[in-house]
Amino acid sequence: MTNANGFFQMNNINKAYWMGDEWSPVLKNVNLTINEGEFLSVLGPSGSGKSTLMNIIGCLDTPTSGEYILHGKRVDDLEPDELALIRNKEIGFIFQSFQLLSRQDALSNVELPLIYAGMPPRQRKEHAAEMLTRVGLEHKMYHLPNQLSGGQQQRVAIARALATNPTILLADEPTGALDQKTGHQVMDLFHQLHDEGRTIIMITHDVKIAQNASRTVRILDGELSEGVPESV
Amino acid sequence: MFKESLKMSFSNILGNKMRSFLTTLGIIIGVMAIIALITVMESATGEVTAQFESLGTGKLTVQAAGTALKQGLSETDLTAISELDNVSGISPTISNTLSVVYDNAVLEDVKVNGYGFAYFRKEEGVVSRGRPLLPTDEEERSRVCLIDSAMAETMFSGIDPIGEEVLVKGTRFTIVGLLADADADDMMSQLQAGNENGKLVMPYTTYMRLFGVSGITALEVYTMDSSGTNALVEDLEVLLDQIFNYKDDSYSVINMESLLDVMDTMLGLMTDLLVGIASIALLVGGIGIMNMMLVSVTERTNEIGLRKALGARPRSIQVQFLMESVILSLFGGFIGVVLGVLVSMVLSNMMDIAFVLSTGAIVLGVTFSLAVGVIFGWAPARKASNLNPIDALRSM
Repeated sequence: MTNANGFFQMNNINKAYWMGDEWSPVLKNVNLTINEGEFLSVLGPSGSGKSTLMNIIGCLDTPTSGEYILHGKRVDDLEPDELALIRNKEIGFIFQSFQLLSRQDALSNVELPLIYAGMPPRQRKEHAAEMLTRVGLEHKMYHLPNQLSGGQQQRVAIARALATNPTILLADEPTGALDQKTGHQVMDLFHQLHDEGRTIIMITHDVKIAQNASRTVRILDGELSEGVPESV
Repeated sequence: MFKESLKMSFSNILGNKMRSFLTTLGIIIGVMAIIALITVMESATGEVTAQFESLGTGKLTVQAAGTALKQGLSETDLTAISELDNVSGISPTISNTLSVVYDNAVLEDVKVNGYGFAYFRKEEGVVSRGRPLLPTDEEERSRVCLIDSAMAETMFSGIDPIGEEVLVKGTRFTIVGLLADADADDMMSQLQAGNENGKLVMPYTTYMRLFGVSGITALEVYTMDSSGTNALVEDLEVLLDQIFNYKDDSYSVINMESLLDVMDTMLGLMTDLLVGIASIALLVGGIGIMNMMLVSVTERTNEIGLRKALGARPRSIQVQFLMESVILSLFGGFIGVVLGVLVSMVLSNMMDIAFVLSTGAIVLGVTFSLAVGVIFGWAPARKASNLNPIDALRSM
């Protein structure tokens, strides 16, 4: 409606959960438009509904009502298989706790989304290696996650998120499990990606981290508002 | 995609070696039990059948105690029986133990038998040298006989007994042939083995004349065509009814083939029963796999969530988990088959029966384990595929 190309658009998104005897609203009339190449942070304390918002953005969950357009396609009411496809092609997830498969080396972890994308093994390996080189881990390809530092693990996760060349990178507290120094390194990587034209959505409760983004929206009690309040 | 799932399944199975092995043990034991039982039962059945067949197929045994007025069957009766349809010949079972004299040497306790020529025609390899009894011997009541090797050795050391003459009950008999040693496994010969020093066979007609026997109480009736055996039994009963004046319990006709059928059915039932019991072990093994897969799903909730977030469709997750349980159970199945075959080889050896490898049992064992993998892996795989990715990721 407001954005002609429909790159990323949420119109009147509501999400409510049935709490035994009544509906409990978690997201209230959320409207959010993001342009291609934006680095957006969603700032909010725990319990504000930011996890729910992230799930809906990430197509892990569907809204109770409202319209969600991603890459020119309505994705608010899709079947599980279609959602899986959207997650694979359009979204690169970066989690607070990295979420790497502990029994597989860095390369295999990066290959994972490419397996589900149906890429042939050889091409997949080359591409995954390329991604790891991209995040500066070309010497750690055959290391298992527990042989890597936290920062390195998060970089493997970022390489994995980049593997399918998704429309948006969706990061949930990407520095939450890292110390300040490695957190900064990860943020530097985010800035690089942003400079390359990536669209990044970062969910966080930390104002300082949120300030890395070019634009910040605030969520409180399920309601979304633009900007960072001075008082925080 | 399939190959990837396979690889992931193997990686997960090998990542929990001990647990995978213990889970598989249930299947191993189940399949092993089934294979061993079927193989041993089949070998034993084969053995029993062979023994029964040595007792006689293609022949009927007639027991004719007769009545107070008419004891046993006369020679006329025997002729009537041998003229029935589908009868190739008869051989009465009559014997006596007495001394046989050769060249002033006396051999005591020789079992003297009267046989029909049909006996030699039907049974293979009973004559080792010389000739069997012929129809003409029977008709002419020839004074010819065959002797066994024990008698040949004791009475004719160094001399070829064929053509020699012996005295039986004061009558001269010419030896025309040597009887082969009975197979040690032959049940009938084991049953018949007594304290005799030897065995001598002469035509039953000669025997009856020599010993003045008028009534035959037991005989074998040889059939020409086994498909007509039942009809022959009926014909025999009609004839015997006439002979014994319709008196109950005066005779009985025993059909070895029908006994064999009964035996086969019984052994078959026994096999089914044992396999049924062994299947319970397989069922328990399957439950073990299901249990492990459910634990595995719970443990890997996080991983499932991640895979879903990265684009795995529910079906991909289901296939991967199903594959794991199938690999586990098939692996167990293969080991079970190998162990089952080994166990049945040892058992056959111990029971002293011929080991027969049953391909049917192997196919059954592998199929069963495959089925167990699919059936008991289905529910856990389904559970994994239906996990909500958010809940799955939240448990991180």
